[in-house]
Amino acid sequence: MSASQPLAPHFQQPLLRTPFHERARALSQVDSFIAWAGYTTVDVFTTVEQEYFAIRNATTLYDITPMVKYRVAGPDAVAYLNRLVTRDLGKLKPDRVAYCVWCDDEGHLLDDGTVFRLGEDEYRLCTAERQIDWLLDSAIGFDVEINEVTEQIAALAMQGPTSCALLKTLGLTGIERLKPFEIGYFSLRGRQLTVSRTGFTGDLGYELWMAPEAALDIWDELMAAGRSRGIRAIGSQALNMARIEAGFIMPHVDFVSAEQTIRTGRDRSPLELGLAWLIDFEKGHFTGRRALLAERQRGPRRQLVGLDVVGNKPAHDALLYNEANGSRQIGAVTSATWSPTCKRNIALAMVDAPYFQIGMTVWADIYLNRELVWERRMSKAHVVERPFFAPERRRVTPPGEF
Amino acid sequence: MMQPAATRYDCIVIGGGHNGLVCAASLARGGRSVLLVEARPQVGGAALTREFAPGFQVSACAHLLHLMPADLVNELQLSSHGLKWAAQSMPTIALGAQGAPLAVGLPLAAGPEVTAEDAAAYGRYTAQMRRFAQALVPLLSKVPPRLGTRDWGDIMALLRLGWQIRKLGRDDMRELLRIGGMNVYDLLEDQFRSAVLKGALGFDAVLGTNFGPRSPGTVLTLLYRMAAEAAGGAALTQPAGGLGALCDALAKAATAAGATIRTSAPVSQILVESDRAAGVLLESGERITARTVLSSADPKNTFLNLLGARHLDTGFVRRVNHLRARGLAAKLHLALDRAPPFSGLQSAALGGRLLIAPSLEYLERAYNHAKYGEYSAAPAMEITVPTVNDAALAPPGKHVLSAIVQYAPYALKNGWPQERERFTELCIDTLERYAPGLRASIVAAELLTPLDIEREFRISGGHWHHGELAFDQFFMVRPVPGAAQHRTPLRGLYLCGAGCHPGGGVMGIPGRNAARQVLKEAA
Repeated sequence: MSASQPLAPHFQQPLLRTPFHERARALSQVDSFIAWAGYTTVDVFTTVEQEYFAIRNATTLYDITPMVKYRVAGPDAVAYLNRLVTRDLGKLKPDRVAYCVWCDDEGHLLDDGTVFRLGEDEYRLCTAERQIDWLLDSAIGFDVEINEVTEQIAALAMQGPTSCALLKTLGLTGIERLKPFEIGYFSLRGRQLTVSRTGFTGDLGYELWMAPEAALDIWDELMAAGRSRGIRAIGSQALNMARIEAGFIMPHVDFVSAEQTIRTGRDRSPLELGLAWLIDFEKGHFTGRRALLAERQRGPRRQLVGLDVVGNKPAHDALLYNEANGSRQIGAVTSATWSPTCKRNIALAMVDAPYFQIGMTVWADIYLNRELVWERRMSKAHVVERPFFAPERRRVTPPGEF
Repeated sequence: MMQPAATRYDCIVIGGGHNGLVCAASLARGGRSVLLVEARPQVGGAALTREFAPGFQVSACAHLLHLMPADLVNELQLSSHGLKWAAQSMPTIALGAQGAPLAVGLPLAAGPEVTAEDAAAYGRYTAQMRRFAQALVPLLSKVPPRLGTRDWGDIMALLRLGWQIRKLGRDDMRELLRIGGMNVYDLLEDQFRSAVLKGALGFDAVLGTNFGPRSPGTVLTLLYRMAAEAAGGAALTQPAGGLGALCDALAKAATAAGATIRTSAPVSQILVESDRAAGVLLESGERITARTVLSSADPKNTFLNLLGARHLDTGFVRRVNHLRARGLAAKLHLALDRAPPFSGLQSAALGGRLLIAPSLEYLERAYNHAKYGEYSAAPAMEITVPTVNDAALAPPGKHVLSAIVQYAPYALKNGWPQERERFTELCIDTLERYAPGLRASIVAAELLTPLDIEREFRISGGHWHHGELAFDQFFMVRPVPGAAQHRTPLRGLYLCGAGCHPGGGVMGIPGRNAARQVLKEAA
């Protein structure tokens, strides 16, 4: 029996283990695991700093098996997906990936994810949330088959400047020609490996897709060959720092899926989240189109923006004000970190109109716990362009030999 | 490119049933150029008269007219367009299991089946229910308001509804709120002893629904029917020439107002251009363009087949898909070589509305089967013998018996092809119990199951209300939120059929209200 299988019946072991669990458990030095989409995954292996710097300076492995995966196939697959997501997938060529969001009837975000075109009429949709009911109801009137394949595919994110060189060392011939958002098919010591040049770090990197049975062997090959390239397994915390630098949004952090909000006014539209570039109003009808058109006409009431915060104290959960005296709240920080690479104190924040314009100044109310004595800093913050960190190497093909 | 003038209209109405015709006539009277397209060779939809055996004509689906508002009949001048009555103020007669038939109406005579207390209680009951129904009439005849808007009209409509109920006075209002969510079984048990009286009164609450008398919400369906009757003038009538004659008169009224009617023109698709309705594509391949398309087809057919889910949002499609619209009523037509010999019935009474619903238990038992996908072993029926009032429907001396039979579920467990013959025989056996010797007089029989009704009249699920009339598919949420004011999520597309408030029955209000909405919005 493989270690990836639950050892006890599922009701005695509510969190599943990914096929990489055995290795993750062995490498974990601080025993810091968290639940992610029904799986137990690593939050931190050693220290966040070590793991973060490996992302930006070497190469890293991050287990993304818990990401929910759906196979969408059939003659109407592209019509179906185009009605589901806001982007025009009619333009997506085979062996290409597109980042997408999708909305409910009111134009509120349900989830974001990636669509992989694996064949003429076959796609894979990778999502944060399980949502088979929405996907099946969206299939009414379409000749399309939808299956969840999460457990049938093991996946690793391999991110960092030396990732391409490492894969080349391992004999993935032609990996350097893979363009951003392209999919390639390789074999690693006789094991089939699908590689997409995608990721959540805003850096050079790949995502590796494999059969669960091959998972441990491939992990071992990568770790052994990667020693000289500084390979390191990372947890969610380091990834979170990198994704804030890259300006990527996270469900439950920067927005709550409209399927899960309870209070009115807590849903967020892609326009509010600064994702207008993902919406193609001309491609034909998609769910939420009429509501989003109306919202575009009205103008968004608030928008997710990047903040450059004065000082070096991360503005975690800070409320934002229009004046230093804190008289009127105009928003709140959703994600914040000190960016070691940019040497800037950065944050993502939801800011009311009209303060979300680039160049505006707002004030962040930051609370600091200094040995159990709480202090409060009203720090100036500037609305700035995202992403905060966007190195050329993430796009260059072939990537440099780092 | 210029379109040829003949194929460009302001409005296209899909479906030539009574609602489609009323809608077309109202739009034409409002000055619009209107084309009505009907799939069948004749107009009428589910209000249609047709031959079912050589020489025998019958109203093939609905067989009584009592819900169409008098002002609508007058407004469209249907009398001058040929509408005549074969019978008006028809009595309702409950056929007892053993005892004599009971004429249900005011004043109710005490007799062997009905005690003096029951007769008195019936007077009180009817008066009170009519007061309640009257309070609901304004709600019934208007386009329902939207909730959560600041539109003055919406707010006024809601206030008016509240005022109507408050105006009943303290005692009546309390009673209405007490019984509003109840089942009709408990309501009637509280007030009457006579089984056959309770059966007959309870029958009206479940006729055409997926309910038994013990189902929650059946007092509401009863009040709803009574409110529709109150709005329509209350009396049961039979048009000369059957229900089809009503639609012929409606068609003449529409044509006289300037509408064009095309039959044998089934629509295969509602055309969409730049996210708005642009016309229809006929099955023949012909494209006809219009600024506005109104569909009297049922909501599922309109949205999922004719328009297509890809033009709609998922949440809306989900609601349409979940619309409960599975018919449980079958239609039985018998060609008879003599008048049916109902026990104890005077020949004049034979022209009335006859009910086989001898008790509430009988109805509930009949419904039990339907819950499990079976037809009733002892079905309930609403029977008319239209030839008593209108001899022209059959060869001289011969008769037609038309019965709505409950319950005959759309999704029969064993499938209708295998069971049709057996159920027809069972219905005739049931009738034979109340009319011994009937079987020997049968020349021909036709049974329309909900599946047949779906096919013949193009109604999804064969449900004659185009969607169950129940609390959650009613008034402001009928047929589904997002399409309850005749408007649909697609600009230029409107619903005008029984799937809209206030629902089915040969009423015509949805058709008229849809036309008014279009005339108001585009004015």
